[in-house]
Amino acid sequence: MPLVEVSGLTRSFGDTNALAGLDFEVERGTVLGMLGPNGAGKTTAVRILTTLLRPNAGTALIDGINVATEPRRIRTRIGLTGQYAAVDERLTARENLQLIGRFFRMNKADSRERAAELLAKFRLEEAGDRVVSGFSGGMRRRLDISMSLVARPIVLFLDEPTTGLDPRSRMEMWDLIDELTADGMTTLLTTQYLDEADRLADQILVIDHGRGIATGTADELKDRVGGARVSFDVGDAAPEAVLAGIGELRSALGEPFTADGAFVVPVRPGTTAPQVMRSLMSAGIDVVDFELQRPTLDDVFLTLTGRPAEEVVADE
Amino acid sequence: MNDSAPEAIADAPGGVVWALRDAANEATRHLRAVPRSPELLVFSALQPIMFVVLFRYVFGGSIEIPGMSYAQYLVPGIFAQTVLFGSAFTGVGIAEDMSKGFVDRLRSLPISPAAVLLGRTFSDLVRNILTFVIMLGVAFLVDFRFQGGLVRGLAATALLLAFSYSFSWIQALIGLSVKSVEAANSAGFIWMFPLTFVSSAFVQTDKMVSAFRWFAEINPFTIVTNASRALYSGTDPGDTVWQSLLWALGITVVFSTLSVRKFLATSN
Ligand SMILES: Nc1ncnc2c1ncn2[C@@H]1O[C@H](COP(=O)(O)OP(=O)(O)O)[C@@H](O)[C@H]1O
Ligand SMILES: [Mg+2]
Repeated sequence: MPLVEVSGLTRSFGDTNALAGLDFEVERGTVLGMLGPNGAGKTTAVRILTTLLRPNAGTALIDGINVATEPRRIRTRIGLTGQYAAVDERLTARENLQLIGRFFRMNKADSRERAAELLAKFRLEEAGDRVVSGFSGGMRRRLDISMSLVARPIVLFLDEPTTGLDPRSRMEMWDLIDELTADGMTTLLTTQYLDEADRLADQILVIDHGRGIATGTADELKDRVGGARVSFDVGDAAPEAVLAGIGELRSALGEPFTADGAFVVPVRPGTTAPQVMRSLMSAGIDVVDFELQRPTLDDVFLTLTGRPAEEVVADE
Repeated sequence: MNDSAPEAIADAPGGVVWALRDAANEATRHLRAVPRSPELLVFSALQPIMFVVLFRYVFGGSIEIPGMSYAQYLVPGIFAQTVLFGSAFTGVGIAEDMSKGFVDRLRSLPISPAAVLLGRTFSDLVRNILTFVIMLGVAFLVDFRFQGGLVRGLAATALLLAFSYSFSWIQALIGLSVKSVEAANSAGFIWMFPLTFVSSAFVQTDKMVSAFRWFAEINPFTIVTNASRALYSGTDPGDTVWQSLLWALGITVVFSTLSVRKFLATSN
């Protein structure tokens, strides 16, 4: 049985249908990446699953418990890290963590011990007794996530965990989420970036206007938009010669075509591109330059909805 | 470290005792912040201190109060206004927690929603008591005295604090209803100026023009000011003490109910 089961989730605010019948599941120990542009309904879905908002229709179960009818039981089982770091700036990191422990009915000693464990795990030990108002964005985020883990939740909700972070903090956050996953955590994360979902998620759910429009692994989604392609600049070489140069690899690739004078071959990312390259070189074809073109969220959107992702943001 | 392995978690117990404990933890969160920015306390005492000086020494000479010195008349009014303005901290603090997502975090925890507001209003009461102590020192410097004795003086103080506590719940509702900290600030303060100035706090009501006089006399702020002034001065408060208590109780009951309901319904 999946740990999170959502079916027909609907929620509107006035005339806006934030969720229009969303269905998905999250298997135990996996990461579901909810991918969608601004306004797609990601936060609304997270808020419903974390008991902050009631759905108008549909059901959401976590570990078989209905989110709408037994919110209190849900709250002891989930961890929420919202879109904005919810830490008390006036307190130290340690005090923030201990406070959450106390709210989860731990005694003083246990909450102190748990706070120390989490500070160590999230590399906040040194800063642990400093007031949070002086923390960097990355440190706040780490504290924020550690606060969601105080009571050892069975599922963690991360709403756009890297939005607003600098590239280095972003990488650190990715590594941290990897570690949690390696420990067995079940996670639902939302993001606007395909590369983030690609890097972190086992399954990706693309949503738009409050509805799931595609689901699958990152590779499956990329295949649907044509997957990765390598574009070779082969100079003056004749197309027939190039085709011959690819030789028996051809059966493993998509149909090659020429575009803007370059020879474009759809490939599986990382695996076959170097082989194609070697094969061309050994056939005596001079590869002047090459470029790996990965599909972006825009490509996925364009293919799935027939319009670019930005447009969705623009019509907010 | 086995941080995330699913394991059975006991369902968090609820009930009144736990709600009070949650409230105490929430109050501690805010009170920890007080000694870290002591200037906030000083600033909230600064404006009333200025009022004491201005009214006592600038206007005081031309204001005649039969039967008592102007300082003895004025100071209870300033006390009342100070603690009432202090209640605005509640709304601003709640709005701040909302805008930073901290309220969402609290709402996702297995704690009593009432505890969040109870902890907040209680911590603001403590903060108000601290401001009051500073004010009291200044009042003694301008020759204000507990003329009715210590017990009545403390009773008068308790009455003022009870009244301001009830207003914390009005401010809580404002903080929960507005969209920003700035809005909580304006919406929290603006109506308290007419409420506290069109009253017996600074001058006697019988010399006001009739519409203002009518309001000043039914104004609960006048009632609580008169009650505490009588207790501080050792004169007969008449019906004003129990009337003030009724106001405080009524406001607390109505606005705590509305605030808790609003808290539960936030964005629902
Ligand atoms: N509390 C609210 N009141 C009114 N409209 C809302 C509210 N929350 C979300 N919406 C609207 O619902 C839609 C989905 O919002 P949201 O779930 O925040 O999207 P995302 O997190 O994917 O950016 C948007 O059009 C947004 O404006
Ligand atoms: Mg969002």
